Amino acid sequence: MNSPAAAIYGLILAGGASARMQRDKAVLPYQGRSQLDRAFDLVSRHSVKTFVSVRPSQSTEPTRARKPLIVDSVEGGGPIVGIRSAFAAHPDAAWLVVACDLPFLSDAALERLFAERDPRMVATAYASAHDGLPEPLCAIWEPAAAAALAAFQKLGGDCPRNFLRSHAVRLLEPRDRHALDNVNTPEEYRLAQGALDSTPAANPIQLKIQYFALMREQAGRSEESLETSAATPADLYSELTARYRFTLSRDQLKVAVNSEFAEWSRALRTGDAVVFIPPVAGG
Amino acid sequence: MTRFRFTGSPIDTDAARRELLDSGAGGYASFEGWVRDHNEGREVTRLEYESFQSLALTEGERILAEASRRFPVKHALCIHRLGSLELTDMAVWVGVSAAHRGEAFDACRFIIDEVKHRVPIWKKEHYRSGDSGWVNCERCAAAPQHAHGHDHAHQPPAHAQPPVSEEPA
Repeated sequence: MNSPAAAIYGLILAGGASARMQRDKAVLPYQGRSQLDRAFDLVSRHSVKTFVSVRPSQSTEPTRARKPLIVDSVEGGGPIVGIRSAFAAHPDAAWLVVACDLPFLSDAALERLFAERDPRMVATAYASAHDGLPEPLCAIWEPAAAAALAAFQKLGGDCPRNFLRSHAVRLLEPRDRHALDNVNTPEEYRLAQGALDSTPAANPIQLKIQYFALMREQAGRSEESLETSAATPADLYSELTARYRFTLSRDQLKVAVNSEFAEWSRALRTGDAVVFIPPVAGG
Repeated sequence: MTRFRFTGSPIDTDAARRELLDSGAGGYASFEGWVRDHNEGREVTRLEYESFQSLALTEGERILAEASRRFPVKHALCIHRLGSLELTDMAVWVGVSAAHRGEAFDACRFIIDEVKHRVPIWKKEHYRSGDSGWVNCERCAAAPQHAHGHDHAHQPPAHAQPPVSEEPA
């Protein structure tokens, strides 16, 4: 009757189209790290092995390509195809399925999922704090779900939440009602960043600034180390424009922090290397 | 071997082309960008290129990976020259091998367009009249909604005199 529960593997869903965000959600940074890296590390602390679920067209995107991947069998199939592809790759495993766009998800929330897991159900999941329905994208999916998912899709089903509504699920009331808040729009992203980065910036930090092209000529130097109380690249650009009278306005520039494109609103930390990028003109 | 590179000396197109050879390839397309003697009605005498290399290499590799994803290419390479270039010098070379000519041409065009638009490389034009100016990116200003991970457009900089928009390459 009580066969041992299946080992739990982790699956980060990073195959979304990010349509409302208008940029790839998996690579959005929080506190200097991409959502995908943060989710991957979080889930890896709880699972035997962790994989990232991607569509075929995403498999060479660099942030994803560094991780062990499970590639969907078809393009554009949605999360249910990602979950089924994971079961196809490792049929004996149970899967801790987590969407990559849950910036507030915590170790505590995952620990509770494990503690309350009922392997006789198709899944153990949280009830949504908004409508009480099961949240399929932060849940443990048992091996028995594989065949049921195949049958569900054969009948035209494609929504994993509807699947869980019609099957036996261990449903948990969330303790932190924001733990599963997902971030779909630029405005939600800005608010989430603010909530995660709400560190007071009163203390000065040390930064390294490199200047190129027009910025270098106007600053009269190619690099400098700087102590500043600027909390973000936007603040820093205002401060430096006052000093060097840069002629380009901020919306004509991009900014890089630690050699990667960054948001103007991201939090700066001691040791960060900042580059303001004027309009490019290669070729 | 990285597929997007910089060089401070003339680009060796023969060696680069050999890297694209593949028994499954039915053809190869390449693009060379050259230094031209005029831009936006001004006489150009030479160009200076510089780059933020650590990010440029990352972004260049991303573009080549995207090209390989969009088009069934065998191999793709892009080499960009940095430093001071004279008229007729080659500033950039793109080469693509593929099973069929269509995807080779398409991928080659995609790569050069994206490189000009996204990779942090800048060029300063020196004019016959003795002055000089940093060239702005015309495509950024013309296509503000172009989505590649940045949500704003480049506008012609206030310093450009006159606004430089034609592309030498």
